[in-house]
Amino acid sequence: MKLARLIYANSLFCLLAALLVGCGQGTGGGSGAGGGTGSSSSGSNSGGEIKVGEFASLTGKEATFGISSHEGTLLAVEEINAAGGILGKQVKLITEDTQSKPGESATVVNKLIARDSVIAVLGEVASSRSMEAAPICQKNKIPMISPSSTNPKVTESGDYVFRVCFIDPFQGTVMANFATSTLKAKKVAIFTDAKSDYSKGLAKFFKEKYLANGGTISSELDYNGGDKDFKAQLTTIRGGSPDAVFVPGYYTDVALICIQAKQLGLNVPLLGGDGWESEKLTEIGKDSVEGHYFSTHYHPEVGTEISKKFLENYKKRFNGKIPDALAANGYDSMLMLADGIKRAGGTDSAKLRDALAATKDLTLVTGVITINQQRDADKSAVILQIKNGGYKFLESIKP
Amino acid sequence: MTDQLQQLINGLALGSIYALIALGYTMVYGVLRFINFAHGDVFMLGAFAGYFLAEPVAKVIPPQSYLGGIVVLMLAMLICALLGVVIEFLAYRPLRKRPKLTVLITAIGVSLFIEYTCQHKKVFGASPRVFPELIPNTTWELGGLVIGSAQVIVLVTTILLMIALTFIVQRTKIGTAMRAVAFNPQAAALMGVNVNHVISFTFGLGSALAAAAGILFAMNYASIDPLMGVQTGLKAFVAAVLGGIGNLPGAALGGLLLGVVETFAGGMKGISNYRDAIAFGILILILMFRPSGLLGKQQTEKV
Repeated sequence: MKLARLIYANSLFCLLAALLVGCGQGTGGGSGAGGGTGSSSSGSNSGGEIKVGEFASLTGKEATFGISSHEGTLLAVEEINAAGGILGKQVKLITEDTQSKPGESATVVNKLIARDSVIAVLGEVASSRSMEAAPICQKNKIPMISPSSTNPKVTESGDYVFRVCFIDPFQGTVMANFATSTLKAKKVAIFTDAKSDYSKGLAKFFKEKYLANGGTISSELDYNGGDKDFKAQLTTIRGGSPDAVFVPGYYTDVALICIQAKQLGLNVPLLGGDGWESEKLTEIGKDSVEGHYFSTHYHPEVGTEISKKFLENYKKRFNGKIPDALAANGYDSMLMLADGIKRAGGTDSAKLRDALAATKDLTLVTGVITINQQRDADKSAVILQIKNGGYKFLESIKP
Repeated sequence: MTDQLQQLINGLALGSIYALIALGYTMVYGVLRFINFAHGDVFMLGAFAGYFLAEPVAKVIPPQSYLGGIVVLMLAMLICALLGVVIEFLAYRPLRKRPKLTVLITAIGVSLFIEYTCQHKKVFGASPRVFPELIPNTTWELGGLVIGSAQVIVLVTTILLMIALTFIVQRTKIGTAMRAVAFNPQAAALMGVNVNHVISFTFGLGSALAAAAGILFAMNYASIDPLMGVQTGLKAFVAAVLGGIGNLPGAALGGLLLGVVETFAGGMKGISNYRDAIAFGILILILMFRPSGLLGKQQTEKV
């Protein structure tokens, strides 16, 4: 009896509260770190500002990706606003944190669209999380630009989803060619994160190209992202005595893999993709990561006019921090959006989508991009080697 | 052949960590008949205690010395023992007379509480941290076999702690009291045993072992984060059930066995990413065919 009354009172209260608030809040969940999240549920962009949503892994095991990417995006927004905004309107960046967790992207992107009524969404770095958000943006017809998700499937979600980076088939091919021609590796092992679409995609394209180049695969093993013990797999890899090991993973795992490979006496070069690039890799891996190679989007030594300016401004804004590829991609994603809005003459979602799809020869920090039929950016990759705790620029490879 | 031996070494090093944590699960179960699911999180707190203690200790004792390592280990064990006692006092003691299920659910709640509090920016934050090198890290090579100093230390410490634990349980007064409470708490109370003290002591001891395991784990795997106890804790729980929950040698055997099986599975092409599935598959098989575990005795519940 008592309980029934309590439930009744509770539901009545909830109903009243919902009426008062306007039901618009939905989805719930923790509020994101970063940018201000003043939630005005009415009116979209009638005022003097353009609301752009961003979702990034600001905490969690891929936090450095999200933070770099966010800083790049933030710098772009600040520069655009200082120069008078886009079409006379100021840009307001609303940032949500995905905590590097599966499931979280869907929640925060729904929040950005439903509560904040953003006109476009920028994010994420990790392909798995971009693929979670893409169908939501597509359904709501909100253009989404991923700064650094390289899995081909990301833009397959629909015609509202774009990216400013190259894709894994290209990155995998670049590393396979590097292993064959530069390292002269006859036999390689592949060590994949079975939990990550990014890692599996990269491994697949690397393998195809490397076999076509005439190489052999000594062994293929898997791990689960977040594992701490890789010695079991590395012992088997060592048993196949490869000339190099391709580890297309993310930095936290890769650092531990490098340490344990060295402990086991597996002293061959390890190769990876852009998921390696983080200061945490050298911080955790220390001398174990020295001499290994990875492909990525950008290096400060690629000295074009716009990238020099970016390097300078980024250092000024973030206490002398050197921007990495993810920061550059974050910056570029905002520039591409700004360019699209300018050419669309406003923020109408269909017009903006068409303008973004028509992006051609746009000069950005990470190169000159053209959006192709699959809404991916055609542009070049760089190969870096880890040297003395930093990255040494080796070569730049055009598609 | 070398590879198989290497896998055995890898497996024993991993298994001895499981064994240490499993001892805590099994001891609490033995005395109280309930699974303390927050045990894996005490393991994590132990690793973090070591992380924060390393620097102040290094100021007194030169860093990367065995003495310094032992001091950090001891202090972290002490801190976690206190934490274990506090957890028991605040979360479980008020529920002592309630059904076992209530306490079990509370334990899961305590576990989630610790995990998510620690992930907060102002506590530890969710990003992984680099665990400092407590002792000189060397590796020995014997004809293709590689053994790291951290691995040897894990194995040696586990064995030492197990001997100490067996001594405490079998040869001391408090150990006798623990066994008495495990056997029949009411009768033990009538014989003048302070049941609350015994239970607090059990939690403290179990938590101290978890802290030791946390530090040994962190020494072996370099990076620590607030969720490191989830998977490892569950594996250790499987180990405890495998060996026969409530049985101390069983927990040690279960841990070592699980570590070795998991490592061999991890090294096999094609099934390497199913190593966790294999660990939990073992749990299911054990529960189906030998619910009392490998070394456990079949018991009939008195109604």
